[in-house]
Amino acid sequence: MTLMTLLLLAAALIGIGLYGALSQQSFVMLMMGLELMLNGVMLAAVAFWAFSGAGTPEGQLLTIIVMAVMAIEMAMGFALVVAVFRAKQADMTEALSELKH
Amino acid sequence: MSHGIGVDISFFLLAALAVYTGWRVFCTDSMVRASFFLLLSFIAVGAIMILLTAEYLGVAMFFMMAVEMMVMALFMVMFMMNPAGLNPMKMVHQERAAIVAGVIAFTVLSAVAVFSGFPDAPLPAKHAPVVSLGLEMLGDSMLIFESAAIVLLATMIGVVVLSSHRGRYGAADVGSMPPGLAPDGEPAGQPQNEDEDDDEGGGHAHHH
Repeated sequence: MTLMTLLLLAAALIGIGLYGALSQQSFVMLMMGLELMLNGVMLAAVAFWAFSGAGTPEGQLLTIIVMAVMAIEMAMGFALVVAVFRAKQADMTEALSELKH
Repeated sequence: MSHGIGVDISFFLLAALAVYTGWRVFCTDSMVRASFFLLLSFIAVGAIMILLTAEYLGVAMFFMMAVEMMVMALFMVMFMMNPAGLNPMKMVHQERAAIVAGVIAFTVLSAVAVFSGFPDAPLPAKHAPVVSLGLEMLGDSMLIFESAAIVLLATMIGVVVLSSHRGRYGAADVGSMPPGLAPDGEPAGQPQNEDEDDDEGGGHAHHH
């Protein structure tokens, strides 16, 4: 377990998440891709904290902020999914070809 | 940071689990199963955080993701046509471009990881990560911590505004009526209006 292997794992998670966020049609699956990317970001932050930050507490704080961002993304995402579903009965990105309903 | 061979072995197993389950999220037929695969990936990363002695973050990750993925599975059942994976499913667009973007992101970030020189400053020997995090959050970084709380509050208000503008059976400002039990029938579960004509044929557009 070195900084390099940890960062490679984070890179793999971010790459898979980017693929999912770009390729999925369903809103919820798209959000899963974003979550996976944030997962990689958090892992990289903790890895830097442990291996090249000498254990400064700000490194852990950054991870907590990313966790808060993740919670916000989930909550807003689900609220938007509910609003879009009520307006258009749609759960796919293709169904939203115009902004107003 | 010095650690034994057991930590290395568990790290590689957990890393393989995190990547494998992360990949399975996007190629399983069942969307509920996809959310549980994502949960497994998060739990593997949380366990790696515990191996890195960030115990608080790892355990917080377990709790947060367990709840979050249950909510996600619930939404899958509510909205998706195929939550249980009974039919083969592949709902993707621009897949080739997405694969290229994902591979490029992985390659570039791996190149950064392999070829750049990061400072080598491991954790000190006598280090209390949880205590230092607590002192930091309620000390120097309290403003950041509190700002996160305010942003979460704003998110809660925004979520309520976004999701409760309309009632269950339509927009709130036109009066919401439940649908009939039969097509064009009386609205279900509503008291009948006495002064209404029977031969109106169940048209309830002008309720006040």
